[in-house]
Amino acid sequence: MADDNKVIIPIGPQHPSLDEPASFTVTLSGERVDNVVIGIGYNHRGLEKACESRTYVQDLYIVERVCGICSHSHTSAFCMGVEQLAGVTVPDRAEYIRAIVAELERLHSHLLWLGVAGHEIGFDTLFMYTWRDREKVLDLLAAIGGNRINYSVNTFGGVRRDLDESIFAKITATLNELEKQINYYLELAQTELTLKARLSGIGCLSKEDALKFGATGPVLRAAGVAQDIRTAEPYGAYKNFEVNVITHTAADVFGRTAVRILEMLESIRIIRHCIKEMPEGAILAKVPRRIPEGEVIVRMEAPRGENIHYIRSNGTDKPDRIRVRAPSEANWHGMQHMLKGEYLADVPISIAAIDPCYSCTDRAITVNSDGTRKVTDWQSIRKYGIDWYKKRGLDMADIRLERGV
Amino acid sequence: MEVLQMLFKVLLFPGFLFLTSYAFAAEYIDRKLHARMQNRKGPKWYIPFADFFKLIGKQTIIHDDAHAGIIKAMPVVSLAGVATAFIYIPVVGSSAVFSFEGDIIIVLYFLSLPVLTQFLAGWYSRSLYATIGASRVITQMFAYEVPLFMCLLAPSLIANTWSVSGITQYYSEHPLYALINLPAFAVALITVQSKLSKAPFDAPEAETEIVSGPYVEYTGRPLAFFRMSADCEEVVLISLVSAIFLPFLSGNAVIDVILYFVKTLAILFVLTLMRTVTARLRVNQTVTLCWRYLVPAALLQMIVNLIVRGWLA
Repeated sequence: MADDNKVIIPIGPQHPSLDEPASFTVTLSGERVDNVVIGIGYNHRGLEKACESRTYVQDLYIVERVCGICSHSHTSAFCMGVEQLAGVTVPDRAEYIRAIVAELERLHSHLLWLGVAGHEIGFDTLFMYTWRDREKVLDLLAAIGGNRINYSVNTFGGVRRDLDESIFAKITATLNELEKQINYYLELAQTELTLKARLSGIGCLSKEDALKFGATGPVLRAAGVAQDIRTAEPYGAYKNFEVNVITHTAADVFGRTAVRILEMLESIRIIRHCIKEMPEGAILAKVPRRIPEGEVIVRMEAPRGENIHYIRSNGTDKPDRIRVRAPSEANWHGMQHMLKGEYLADVPISIAAIDPCYSCTDRAITVNSDGTRKVTDWQSIRKYGIDWYKKRGLDMADIRLERGV
Repeated sequence: MEVLQMLFKVLLFPGFLFLTSYAFAAEYIDRKLHARMQNRKGPKWYIPFADFFKLIGKQTIIHDDAHAGIIKAMPVVSLAGVATAFIYIPVVGSSAVFSFEGDIIIVLYFLSLPVLTQFLAGWYSRSLYATIGASRVITQMFAYEVPLFMCLLAPSLIANTWSVSGITQYYSEHPLYALINLPAFAVALITVQSKLSKAPFDAPEAETEIVSGPYVEYTGRPLAFFRMSADCEEVVLISLVSAIFLPFLSGNAVIDVILYFVKTLAILFVLTLMRTVTARLRVNQTVTLCWRYLVPAALLQMIVNLIVRGWLA
């Protein structure tokens, strides 16, 4: 409890509404949010550093695990960067297969989000329905790549597996079922009263604010900005056909929901188009083991927004530096602004509405201007943790660990 | 002999044993229906019992800041209140175990106890989530209590009696008059859902915001009894609503018992459907709904019933 009848509520690091640890220290006056302090960085895995000490081919599998949901978009960006550095042209057929997998990934990511959003506002039926439909997409991805989540379709110079008519038939059949379901969700979002009551007017981020905070993806498009890398800077198969950019004017969570549902329908259209126009030919071009010296920045549209990869090569088979800017990182900046003045009840759905991916975002950057080094041992980390919670009103000093530490 | 018969009625049928068994069965039906509506398989029939006995066997942890006495007492008080209220509600035919003129007030009073115990339990848990949950429980109570009372009392204006058994008796003799009370019936279903803290009115227990509200510090036996009391409360409320708004009786005891189950399960089905197809409302939205729409509707029902009463007399 703080002064002035204000209550400080810790949401996280462990909380049922969070998929991954993150901390939101919410100051409430009544049921309204006065201030939020966002603490992310609990999931730092050192992936970028790990990439520097491994070869490009090994890195491909590390990069795939940056995000559990948009694994394909990270490998796509990484492959595109390496291919540009090596000066390799990817065969058309491979580009189209990449586009199909990317759009299937968008479908499963948005279906997952819709379910999570339903769960956050206490609408578990929507969660059950969308996750059931998401399974169908995962089955397709498993049929294509052999795995539900990390399908490893991409490799340098193209894709690992070719798709044949039987898979196309499977995809077409599933898409027909999904289209019906997604149209139903669209109708539901527009007509269900409690859903609309809970989603409209919360988590607002106006067009100006969205641009100011550098928001990206559905968050930006829901604010009415028609920004999509697939049309702004077409790459791969997207150079060959038009992508309709979905925007909405609501600029709130309802707008983001509508954008995501309509994007799913657009993805279905793109996959159908890709299957129809699928070029014949090779699926793989040869890429040298040693990548020529140089640096490259790749932008591509992941389900959550703009994904940026930076690769610097020093002419060996190992990269000199890899930097991944996952889309969630861009969307975090507007979060505090979105949450201020809201009801506590709307905090979980507002956080979920940017479709945050915590572990993709977390980086550890230490800047020591005077060149000092500090080694932290387990005891002092524990003390730091205890003090951190004490400041927030939770005393954990009395908790004894079973074994001596 | 009379005493034995009374004890049988209070403790076994249609008293406490029947109430608790039906409560577990109702929980199972509710969960199973909910699951089937959501395209899931749902629990097996014994899961509510198994949950109860599992919790009974678990260690009860009460942390130092919490008030141990209140934490332990509240579930029992809640269960006692609910079980006592059930005695005044007719199960077989139109006569409850006990009834007297004005017992509907007693029933409503006893049914307020679980809500108050939830508040106290949350408040004395001394947890932030529980405190917020407790304040939401009370806020929500002020929203639905008035329309609930108004819509339950409206039928008694025509029946000219303030006893639940009397109301059932009157309407079973004049079943067509029950049609007049249909708006009040709709209001009753919504407010009962609100009283049970089920979706869309589950803000006090909102898992994704305040973990589980007042129950967040509850473990073991107190939690088991709180859950049992919530199940019993549901049965008592649907029995009360069916006694007042669905007064169809045959006169034959066996058929009446079957009718009782048909009526209460139909109401349970509606409540389950309601919680399946809605998202959770914020507390302020619940208050708005109750005071802006339900109270005027209930008020209108009372005025209509007063006019009908004058016309009948």
